[in-house]
Amino acid sequence: MPDAKNSSAAPAAQVFGAGRKLIGKDYQTPDLYAKVTGRAKYAEDYHAPGMLFCKLLLSPVPHGRVKHLDVREALAMPGVKAILMPDDLPPPADTLTDNGTVIKANPKGERALTMEPVYQGEPVLALAAVDELTAADAIEKIQIEFEPLPFVLDPLETLRPDGPNARLDGNFWVKPPAAGKQTPAPHLGELKWTEADFATAKDGQLPMGKTPDQWSYGDLDSGFSRAALVLDETFVTPDTSHQTLETRTAMAYWQNGKVYMHTGTQSTAQTVPAIARWLNIDPSKVVLISEYTGGGFGSKVTAGVSLIIPALLAKKTGTPVMMRISREEETFIGRARPSLMGRMKVGFASDGRILALDMFVLSNNGPYDAQGDAGTSGRIVSLLYQPEAMRWRGATILTNTPPRSAQSSPGGLQGITIIEPIIAKAARQLGLDQVAIRRINCPEGKAPFSGPVDGTRPHATSSFLKQALDRGAEQFRWKERVVRTPKRIGSKVRGVGVSLSCFVGGTIGFDGLLVIRPNGRVTFQSGIGNLGTESVIDVHRAGAEVLGVSWDKCDVVWGNTENNLPFTCVSGGSQTTHAMTRAAHATAMDARKKLQEIASKTLGGTPEEYEVADERVYRKGDGRGITFAEAAQRAIQLGGIYDGHECSPELHKLTKASVAALAGQGLVAAAKDTYPRDGFTFSYVASFAEVEVDVETGQYSLVDFLAYADVGSVIHPRALGGQVLGRSVLGMGHALGQKWVYDPHYGAMLSTRFYQNKPPTILDVPVNMQWGALDIPDPETPVGARGIGEPPVGGGCASILNALSDALGDEIFRRAPVNADTILTSFEAGRPMQHPLMAYI
Amino acid sequence: MAVIHDVMPAFELLQPNSTDEAQSILARYGSDAWVLAGGLDSFDWLKDRIRKPRVVVDLSGVDELRGIRVNSDAVEIGAMTTLTEVAQHPVFREKYGVLAEAASMVASPQIRNQGTIGGNVSQDTRCWYYRAGWPCYRAGGNICYADTPEGRNREHAILGADRCVAVNPSDTAPALIVLDAKFVIRSQKGERVVDAEDYFIDPNIDITRLHVLQPGELLAAVRIPSTWAGARFYFEKIRDRNVWDFPLLNVASAMFVSNDRIDHTRIAVNAAAARPLRLKNVETAIRGMPPDAATGAMAGKLAVQGAVPLQFNAYKIPLMRNLVKRAIGGVEEATWT
Repeated sequence: MPDAKNSSAAPAAQVFGAGRKLIGKDYQTPDLYAKVTGRAKYAEDYHAPGMLFCKLLLSPVPHGRVKHLDVREALAMPGVKAILMPDDLPPPADTLTDNGTVIKANPKGERALTMEPVYQGEPVLALAAVDELTAADAIEKIQIEFEPLPFVLDPLETLRPDGPNARLDGNFWVKPPAAGKQTPAPHLGELKWTEADFATAKDGQLPMGKTPDQWSYGDLDSGFSRAALVLDETFVTPDTSHQTLETRTAMAYWQNGKVYMHTGTQSTAQTVPAIARWLNIDPSKVVLISEYTGGGFGSKVTAGVSLIIPALLAKKTGTPVMMRISREEETFIGRARPSLMGRMKVGFASDGRILALDMFVLSNNGPYDAQGDAGTSGRIVSLLYQPEAMRWRGATILTNTPPRSAQSSPGGLQGITIIEPIIAKAARQLGLDQVAIRRINCPEGKAPFSGPVDGTRPHATSSFLKQALDRGAEQFRWKERVVRTPKRIGSKVRGVGVSLSCFVGGTIGFDGLLVIRPNGRVTFQSGIGNLGTESVIDVHRAGAEVLGVSWDKCDVVWGNTENNLPFTCVSGGSQTTHAMTRAAHATAMDARKKLQEIASKTLGGTPEEYEVADERVYRKGDGRGITFAEAAQRAIQLGGIYDGHECSPELHKLTKASVAALAGQGLVAAAKDTYPRDGFTFSYVASFAEVEVDVETGQYSLVDFLAYADVGSVIHPRALGGQVLGRSVLGMGHALGQKWVYDPHYGAMLSTRFYQNKPPTILDVPVNMQWGALDIPDPETPVGARGIGEPPVGGGCASILNALSDALGDEIFRRAPVNADTILTSFEAGRPMQHPLMAYI
Repeated sequence: MAVIHDVMPAFELLQPNSTDEAQSILARYGSDAWVLAGGLDSFDWLKDRIRKPRVVVDLSGVDELRGIRVNSDAVEIGAMTTLTEVAQHPVFREKYGVLAEAASMVASPQIRNQGTIGGNVSQDTRCWYYRAGWPCYRAGGNICYADTPEGRNREHAILGADRCVAVNPSDTAPALIVLDAKFVIRSQKGERVVDAEDYFIDPNIDITRLHVLQPGELLAAVRIPSTWAGARFYFEKIRDRNVWDFPLLNVASAMFVSNDRIDHTRIAVNAAAARPLRLKNVETAIRGMPPDAATGAMAGKLAVQGAVPLQFNAYKIPLMRNLVKRAIGGVEEATWT
């Protein structure tokens, strides 16, 4: 067994949370025993009396229309209870946002079932029966025929003048401008490039035709003309499934007009409005139970639309319905990261500074909603490498492949993976150290990013990445490794690589809610999903720290929306630790203020004369005071704002409803995060890798890895280490072998199983991976903490690619992942032999 | 008819306690019976409903098919012996290291605990078209989807293709060939013993099977004669991941050397063709030569003569050349300071 203690241990010298009792300290989360003993109940573990099982009929074709369907034989089978057809689905509902804007539903957006599937594996209908075997046997009795429609898997193919479109009406989404309080639905448009656009791209370079989106700043021409080195490179990143170990299984039943839904989600509170919208019912009619989620990585931000299938079948049959999603089904409907085809022209000064960067990306979006990866890739690259002048152009192109969604560092991983090999190559050509060239381009402080918005470029709240890079290089012994000789012994070659990495790390404006109960215990209401990061519990330590309450007097309520949860951010975009420690802080400050007021009303004096600590509120000086238990009892007597019968008008309606439900149970504190913030929040990582390549076999192994993080204040070191290294591994998969393989003639996926699409395993990564964190507070948030889930991902991939090119030279690969076939053929030939632009090989 | 995967169809499960009982079941049901060993290959077929046997014969309760029996002139491995047991048994580690090493590289620790030696050599190909139920030659159709202008064939054959370009994925098969193992096949008609290399068949013999077993027959044991005990062995497997992966290519060799000259040798590769290939021309060519890099290089070139790459598997040619070279001349261990 790999040494688990080593693999997530921070360097012994690092002590986090100086001067604090809970923040920066390790502790045992209350869900731990259930998780390691198997007592934790995931959606599939729930059973209801008389529960039926449903199975799906998936489309065998990449694009087609059902032209003949006969379900009579299936329905006549004993044990078959109901069938759900696309016509049975409620019409897509508009979204009413909290500020009153109506986002019109996309009539051509994804639904749970369809008679015109636009990718192989898309669900057409569902059938419920007494057990899965009966349901599967019945599905096989269904006579179904499809009229084949044109399909396309490769974004470049649809951009050709006569290329097929993924949708009958086009190959990309056109977003009309907002009209007042209404955001219209996108419509389909057709984007085609000219033969000349394709002809000008030589030798595997990405053609660059017109794109719907672009921005720029600075003087590109001047930058290129001043450059000592200009590189123009094409690089392609892989499509990768999210591969959550828990698939999007869901079980549903109806009781007293409410739907009770068991499923995995990243975001407990925010999944309720999503379910309500998909079912076209009021959110008050939805109860979500999701205590444990077996991984999301962006594929379950608010669970998945497929969950309405068991809900509707349960309604139709009057019986609970379980829909277990198999691994192959998850590969089709379970979301994936879009591949980005990228081309970058980069001008470097002789000291390595990036003077000009011209970035061009094509995103393979699948058939439905446009994902933001192409745009985000440009923003992240502009922040992380601070080019003096930059232009970004991009297009998000529809294909008949499974729907994409955000996957850990969406666009960030791809942007970093496209630019990092170019920087590594530039350093070699300019004779610069790889750490030095990154240091000189590194963001610092309130670093600007992206193109101008209303004339000004936005900026980050802070960046201390230079320090992380320096500390990481020191801990990795970078200087020793780069001069070590020999680099080659026999057929084995070693190489070292470094990469910068970052992603968004926080939002603002959400609510917190806690109750100090008459028994003196503090209950934190957590609307965060238990998606494996521990933020569902961790963020409340920031509240407990403010209240000076010992952690063993605290309870956290999570995982069931009947339990009165506050309005909470979605756990996506690594925003939770930042957003919800702010909300927890604000809520604890509200509790503190109420405690001081109750003490002054009880014992006299002004509230300001009272301190809160050690589960008491007491007068400075003489120490006279009352316990939390007594304060909670007084709060109930006082009523009003003290016990939740009244609350702040700033709170979200969901929080207000929860406060009202908890009223009278103790001292109820609830607050919205209204703390100011100057800039947008990002977290940063410096990643270091060493590889050993066997040039006779093309097989290589990652022998060492370190990630050093700039994430603001550290909240929970052990969980942070798990995220820094775990998410690095997610990125490593993109270098080490994870991919999709399609047969382009039939539009059929060939890599539907784990052993075919190859996510990394624990034996593919070093036993003694190391991590570290600066623990410098972000100045724009009261707790100092930023998010960490996604920032390490890009560096996990790019540091390996850079180590490979250090070992083998620059002429080996122009796409990821890199495997034995790529290395062996290119190393023999002395030039990249694998075509970068051929999709899904 | 619509297609659905991942739900095992109903079948009759028969669990014999003895070989005799198993054989009588197999004789009774013939081609309606499916023999279940460790299940790693079988369950995929069954769950995907591509194979729907009437009867599944589970051999896990047949004790006489389990275990490693060491005799004076041979070692007999019951076909139901797990790969972990083979990899860890002292007799293999000490005398037949090539087999211990090959067994230890199969798939993952969990799979080796469940998978059997009989199953490993009798498993079907992993061609992703065939496994997904495409109606190809091997499935009784009249096309090979992997060998089309756009077919995806990175993991397919470079040698011996005949209509079908699928490869045999076994790691232990080439090791058993170089050890001159004998496969003991039993049916109600009696017992027959075939050489390891004759257990496996080309598409031109039968395109629907990778081995010689007929309905009603059972692979009961694998016998390793003492011929190659203590020889100089080499085994190497190249794969994309360090665990839970089939070989892109593997190589096994056994060699007796005297006076720095190769006396006699056996060498085999797998995942290059539909059957594990014993490289007899190489064995002949290197007899009497020193077991060094130069001999290896010559042998490597000879080994790949006649190889025909498909669109995505040309790397297998230098890979096979290099693996054969290393199987003869060895590989320099890299120790870094």
